[in-house]
Amino acid sequence: MQYLMLIYENEAEAAKQAEADGARMMEEYRAFTQSIIKSGNFKAGDALQPTSTATTVRVKNGKTITTDGPFAETREQLAGYYLIDAANLDEAIGIAARVPSARSGSIELRPVLMFS
Amino acid sequence: MAGLDIDRLYRDEAGRVLATLIRVVGDFELAEEAVQDAFQAAVEQWPETGSPDLPRAWLIRVGRNKGVDRLRRRIRARSRQGELEAEVLADPPLAAAPDEEGADEGLFDAGLADDMLRLIFTCCHPALGMEAQVGLTLKTVCGLSTEVVARAFVTSHETVAQRLVRAKRKIRDAGIPYQVPPLAILDERLEGVLATIYLVFTEGYAGSSGPSLLREDLSAEAIRLGRLLDGLMPGRPAVRGLLALMLLHDARREGRVTAEGDVVLLEDQDRTRWDRARIAEGARLVEAALRMPGPPSPYAVQAAIAALHAQAPRWEDTDWRQIVGLYEVLLRIQPTPVVELNHAAALSMVDGPARALDLVDALAARGSLDGYHLLPAVRADLLRRLGRKDEALAAYRAALARARLEPEQRLFVRRMAELGP
Repeated sequence: MQYLMLIYENEAEAAKQAEADGARMMEEYRAFTQSIIKSGNFKAGDALQPTSTATTVRVKNGKTITTDGPFAETREQLAGYYLIDAANLDEAIGIAARVPSARSGSIELRPVLMFS
Repeated sequence: MAGLDIDRLYRDEAGRVLATLIRVVGDFELAEEAVQDAFQAAVEQWPETGSPDLPRAWLIRVGRNKGVDRLRRRIRARSRQGELEAEVLADPPLAAAPDEEGADEGLFDAGLADDMLRLIFTCCHPALGMEAQVGLTLKTVCGLSTEVVARAFVTSHETVAQRLVRAKRKIRDAGIPYQVPPLAILDERLEGVLATIYLVFTEGYAGSSGPSLLREDLSAEAIRLGRLLDGLMPGRPAVRGLLALMLLHDARREGRVTAEGDVVLLEDQDRTRWDRARIAEGARLVEAALRMPGPPSPYAVQAAIAALHAQAPRWEDTDWRQIVGLYEVLLRIQPTPVVELNHAAALSMVDGPARALDLVDALAARGSLDGYHLLPAVRADLLRRLGRKDEALAAYRAALARARLEPEQRLFVRRMAELGP
């Protein structure tokens, strides 16, 4: 099955953390990504710019409405994602638990809907 | 046919038959329908042919065939809708279900214990909400009807039915595996299973609501689950410890409340009403659990404390020293504020109420038990024993304000009345 791992973090705290020892976090992410490429679980993955750069778009009556900021104000914000292949939810949970941000934020696992 | 007790058969076998059919047909809902089909067939055929020698094997064989029929009908229906039958058949979930009788041996015997464990671990998967875990377990493992589950938890049939549908859909769509967890996460997952069983028990023992008869049924189901799991995973101190704990609590069910529903404190209970056979069984299981290798399980330690209470012929004979020692063990392996509070209460029986009050006040100052009615209740009792009447009254009032169950509220009112104006 394919799962999307959505990485949520408190941006303010994560920024502070990055200032303190961003290099270590980068190295942890690099090692984690390498490990799931090697194990064949990796399909895709990226880090995102902070929500201050986000733009939300809606179309109402044919008119495009653009607003500044993310869809919803939440305590933790979407910071990045991985798309993985896993045999089942237990394998996916095991992988999610190894995402470095799982210790400071949270990882939402969503199975990908397959149209077959 | 004389003597075919279909309800009894269903309660005893439906869980096990379902457990195997889920593995065989690879789909929770299809397997449930197949189980219904199989029991229907039994009701129709057994009066004519007599009960088979191996009812479970018969039910599984018939259920599997019915499941295969249903699957074929589904595939035909889908192919009429324009899907390619070949594509579906290329990935049959029935790969493990050969039709030959010989192959049935492995299908029906070797895997049965494992199937039941698979079902239990799947129902108690942490990706499911607690209510869904409880509902699924009672419905599928215990073979209770949706109606009974709904009544026991004082919710509507629709709420429980919807919850079960959503849970089964999540099992399928989120890819919750039908397996006993691998060794690396087995202990962690087993903790979750035990927590679910214990929740069913406590809901039955001290349930926040609902008619008492049904609540007793829940405790009985939890004990049944505990026995089942102890049989499937022998040698696990946490499993045996939980079973012992439930038996020892349940043994004292009679005597805990008066006919009017008032709480009777342990010290005032009529100990002749306790179930001696259950106490003896629980005590034996605790001994066994504590002798098993590995660190002691919190359930086993709690059971050992319950055993000491249950085995004391009179309140005055309670071995408080050993109980305090066990609470100290429990504090090391499960350091929670509630355990600290219980430890302080037990300690008051050995070192006196003044020393215990210091511990309780320190605990209250940390604020982690704010809103928990038993903290002021224990404080009130200690203050009463120290002769500090006004402070005791104030503490009982605080306990009363926080208690949610009526019998407990009445108990605090009674205590206040005893202290006088």
